Amino acid sequence: MLTRNATRALGLSLALLIAALAFLASLLLGSRDIALPTLVRALGDYDPGRIDHLIIIAERLPRAVIASLVGASLALAGVLMQTVTRNPLASPGILGINAGAMFCVVVAVSLLPLHTPGQYVWAALLGALLAAGLVMLLSRGPRGELPPLRIVLAGVAVTALFVSFSQGLLIIDRRSFESVLYWLAGSLAGRELALVTPLLPLFAGAFLLSALLARHANALLLGDEAVQGLGLRSGNLKLWLGLAVILLAGCSVALAGMIGFIGLIVPHMARALFGVDHRWLMPASALLGACLLLIADVASRLLMPPQEIPVGVMTALIGTPFFIYLARRQAT
Amino acid sequence: MNPHHPRPRLPRAALAPFRSRMPGVMMTLLMAFVLLFSMGLSLRLGSFPTSIGDVARALLTPDNSDVAFIIRELRLPRIVLAVLVGAALAVAGAILQGLVRNPLASPDVIGITSGAAMMAVLFLAFLRELVSIQWLPTAALLGALLSAGLIFLLTWKRGITPTGMVLVGIGLSAGMGAITTLTIVVSDDAAAMTAYVWLTGSLYAARWQDVLDLLPWLLVGIPLGLARARHLAVMALGDSMATGLGVAIQPSRLILMASSVMLAGAAVAFAGGISFVGLIAPHIAARLVGRQLSRWLPTTAISGALLVLYADLVGRVAFLPEDLPAGIFISAIGAPFFIYLLYRARRRGT
Repeated sequence: MLTRNATRALGLSLALLIAALAFLASLLLGSRDIALPTLVRALGDYDPGRIDHLIIIAERLPRAVIASLVGASLALAGVLMQTVTRNPLASPGILGINAGAMFCVVVAVSLLPLHTPGQYVWAALLGALLAAGLVMLLSRGPRGELPPLRIVLAGVAVTALFVSFSQGLLIIDRRSFESVLYWLAGSLAGRELALVTPLLPLFAGAFLLSALLARHANALLLGDEAVQGLGLRSGNLKLWLGLAVILLAGCSVALAGMIGFIGLIVPHMARALFGVDHRWLMPASALLGACLLLIADVASRLLMPPQEIPVGVMTALIGTPFFIYLARRQAT
Repeated sequence: MNPHHPRPRLPRAALAPFRSRMPGVMMTLLMAFVLLFSMGLSLRLGSFPTSIGDVARALLTPDNSDVAFIIRELRLPRIVLAVLVGAALAVAGAILQGLVRNPLASPDVIGITSGAAMMAVLFLAFLRELVSIQWLPTAALLGALLSAGLIFLLTWKRGITPTGMVLVGIGLSAGMGAITTLTIVVSDDAAAMTAYVWLTGSLYAARWQDVLDLLPWLLVGIPLGLARARHLAVMALGDSMATGLGVAIQPSRLILMASSVMLAGAAVAFAGGISFVGLIAPHIAARLVGRQLSRWLPTTAISGALLVLYADLVGRVAFLPEDLPAGIFISAIGAPFFIYLLYRARRRGT
């Protein structure tokens, strides 16, 4: 673990460098590899007549931007959830938040006339809120405690609920097969950059809120009294953190569907490297989350050409062994 | 002891499982009658109109008319299969909930169903052309056994803890779900839709042969579970207490787990990924007759059978000419009901 602030700052810069490299790789690699000079020319002097330029600007750039944004958000949401629930297995995927958002998006897309992420992001936020509320309702003990096994089981049950509703919708309304499968599997393909812009204020708000609450989140680790010492009620603090989680996870799902395990793995990696102080942990998690999703996305393009593996499948395959490792440690 | 398990019975009551009081027995008998009546109702209803007389004639006389064929060869096997599948899933869920000491556990939550689903979808995508579709249940059953084996192997650390088993199962389930999704995405549209209908759970086109293939698994799985079921109540008191009372925890756990996997795996193999039955049927039964095993387990089985039977009936007749998968309706009724149950249980502080 990096202990001195100077080494931590160095580590953070290194993570930023890796994220930048992964972003670059995401622009250059794929079914058609593109040379670096072409990339520079496409960015500086865009010519829609040239296929390479079109691929970069219309396909790869939005994809890399969405991957960084979604990866960072899911990882950050994971950190906040693990802090609030004091459960190392908590993450937006495991606790059903993603599934709730996904279900409401599927309903909005297939039954209501909402077609762009800017329109159905509100459905996603509503779904995330609904799922979070349900999981809390189901797993809270009489004195407000959250038993670790019970919250995980409640999350899985809520996930099963929303996923089976979505599957039912899919079978009744076969026209929406493609779009529903897209959300269920999680994918970064085929989104335009213009679709991302309406969501940017929400993402920015969530990041800002998390940054403001970093010190209070530290206090939460020490116990409810420490939070009161900072002049906040711990219940209120948890509500604010929960709001940040819902914004982060809801917007991510609206853009890319169900992408699991980023929110589970990355906080553990970041904690092992940077320690538990949220002022370092949160930026580190966001950067590492962006790295991981960018790399998983590039891998999903390169592994089985010409077929693309949905990136949600990639993250699940990477994440499963890690989850089982954590579960074995948790169970003793 | 886990505070979230329904109040454990005294070991004495548990060790004499077949001594019970009247009201519970009456309730169980009543449920059995309701089940029989529902099976009769289900026989009469369908896309082809039939009367009670037709049903009676088809069942009682060696009549070879078209009506008799529809009732005897199309509806009856489907109804019997629905009842068996429902009962098997419900009992598998009850055993698992007792084993894990948590009311939220069920075969679909801890990954037994997703193992079966993964193998079934792989089969539909890659072996469909080479091998007859009749091998699909075998593939699914192998998947269930495979995932149960993996759960055991990955949880094992000088023994199996229930918590570890659930958590490892959840993780494994996510991984196998990813492989299932991947397979669906890479296969062509028709195969993908077949796979999806299978995943939701459907009894469409059930034959007598399916019933005959499913029965042996139940005939082995249920007695195996019953033989050790009385240990469940003792295990609910906690590992050390149970050991002190002379129950060999690990072998019992293994046998109960095997019985649960056999029942759930076989049911899923023939009916696809029907979810929530194993989760809610034990709760319905507990509300009706309480948690004493001799009443609880049979009532659980009947509740599960009723759930699947009615879900299949609604899917079969309510949206004619469509024949919708039963799994949709079980989720639609089961999921909200499950959440209500949990909410109630939480308010009572159990």
